Amino acid sequence: MRGVALYIRSQTDRRLDRHLRDVSIIGIGQTPVGEHWDKPLRVLGTEAVRAALADAGVECPEALYVGNMLSGQLLGQENVGALIADHAGLSGIEAYKIEAACASGAAAFRTAYMAVASGLCDVVVACGVEKMTDTLTDETTGALVAAADAEFEGEHGLSFVGINALLMQRYLYEHGYDRQDFSGFAINAHRNAANNPNAMFRKKISAEAFARAKIIAEPVSLLDSSGIGDGAAAAVLASADWARAHGKRQVRVAASAAATDAVALHDRDDLLFLRAAWLSARKAYAQAGVSPKDIDFFELHDAFTIMSALSLEATGFAERGQGVRLAMEDAIALNGRIPICTMGGLKARGHPVGATGMYQIVEAAQQLLGAAGANQLPNCRLGMTQNIGGSGATVVTHILERAG
Amino acid sequence: MRLASYWRTRQQRLGLVGEICPHCGKPLFPPRDVCPACHGPAKEPYRFSGKGTVYSFSTVYSAPEGFEAYVPYVVALVKLEEGPLVTAQLTDVSKEEVSIGMPVEMVTRKLREDGDAGLVAYNFKFRPVLQAVIDEPVSLSATA
Repeated sequence: MRGVALYIRSQTDRRLDRHLRDVSIIGIGQTPVGEHWDKPLRVLGTEAVRAALADAGVECPEALYVGNMLSGQLLGQENVGALIADHAGLSGIEAYKIEAACASGAAAFRTAYMAVASGLCDVVVACGVEKMTDTLTDETTGALVAAADAEFEGEHGLSFVGINALLMQRYLYEHGYDRQDFSGFAINAHRNAANNPNAMFRKKISAEAFARAKIIAEPVSLLDSSGIGDGAAAAVLASADWARAHGKRQVRVAASAAATDAVALHDRDDLLFLRAAWLSARKAYAQAGVSPKDIDFFELHDAFTIMSALSLEATGFAERGQGVRLAMEDAIALNGRIPICTMGGLKARGHPVGATGMYQIVEAAQQLLGAAGANQLPNCRLGMTQNIGGSGATVVTHILERAG
Repeated sequence: MRLASYWRTRQQRLGLVGEICPHCGKPLFPPRDVCPACHGPAKEPYRFSGKGTVYSFSTVYSAPEGFEAYVPYVVALVKLEEGPLVTAQLTDVSKEEVSIGMPVEMVTRKLREDGDAGLVAYNFKFRPVLQAVIDEPVSLSATA
């Protein structure tokens, strides 16, 4: 715990001590999530980057940071930063791929944030891109297990669904819930995705459908789980001073924080507590000078319904063992106490793993800009995003604030 | 699994050998060389008894690549009696019989085969603790 205290203090002091610059999002872009048989990785990334640049009215950023997890395993393609920079017409600029399993997208955004906040760059692009449907499902799910401990978890035939099943089984046991109690998370996600033209699954689902869904790894069913899809999302970041001087529309990055935990479930002291989610959220709240009650909506990492419950608990929106109650009471709906997954979340917008963190950022920006269409939240000012890599090993939390 | 990794982890897979922290006494499995509790170096080998209880479990119906032939199978987190959790498959038990808290013990079993020419991977699994049956004599007669 000594380490934790030091982390939080260093993160809060740093802004004051080192005079970090304020950073804003000045443009966003995304492709629909889906099975893009006709588009390779480079085209998806290019489309999102160019859409974000066009939205920002910027032609040549100084750097590109690309969040991606699986290009090496599934496509035999690395060096993705340079690849997308070249194909997006940005050849020559600094560009890297950032990998942090399913948290790659938000890790890329945070890298971009650090480049601008530090003063090294004025304008950069962060992009998340993933291509998961060129391969068969078992090959793709086999690759996803790489986010876990390969020698001591993956080796035992534990799929990523299986890892979440171990969490959910223990949660049901300790807190006395039934798997059906988690249905609200999936129903809410699909309800919101129905109005999102970029979502993969735009069909509403019922509690009965949830009850009947095929079990993949007991007690996790198909409708507890996010879908495999392709997609890319991007944002242009600039220093707030630069954005003001050039008359750009802004969404302020009020906080950016990351934290880690043991990669393997069996290496954690407290299985049902997402320590890194708690730690990165604590750091983010301290940076922004806010608490959970100030957050208007939360784009959380609902790769599985159990992750939603554990995230809500770790970030302070629910007491321990009570996260699932927010779904049972529908407090997570657009008109609820804490709306989550406002554009469909990972469950229904889709989860192109390395791109997901950037979709969360882009959707939060849409809400804060009043561009969320039928799902627009009234008068929202603060939106939080949280991107989780592995079963909670890498967690990146951002708080975005409406400008003005 | 790669051959070198298979060789390197043989003590852990076949003997459940981890480490113990010489500073705070925390037993560690799998071995990690640095104690997560007191942050001191912990390289002293320690053999676990192989006894534990089921902490959580799941029956996997949709397997990752390499395990398709074995579905459905039960994967569990086992709480070893010395303290650590370990990830392992359960064996010699039907999925309906598994429950949290069930006493289990380590056995060495084949985990998978990597094709005709690849490795046959052995590893630890856990089975329900065997109990001698003494109150009902076993009849050797086939007609009994």
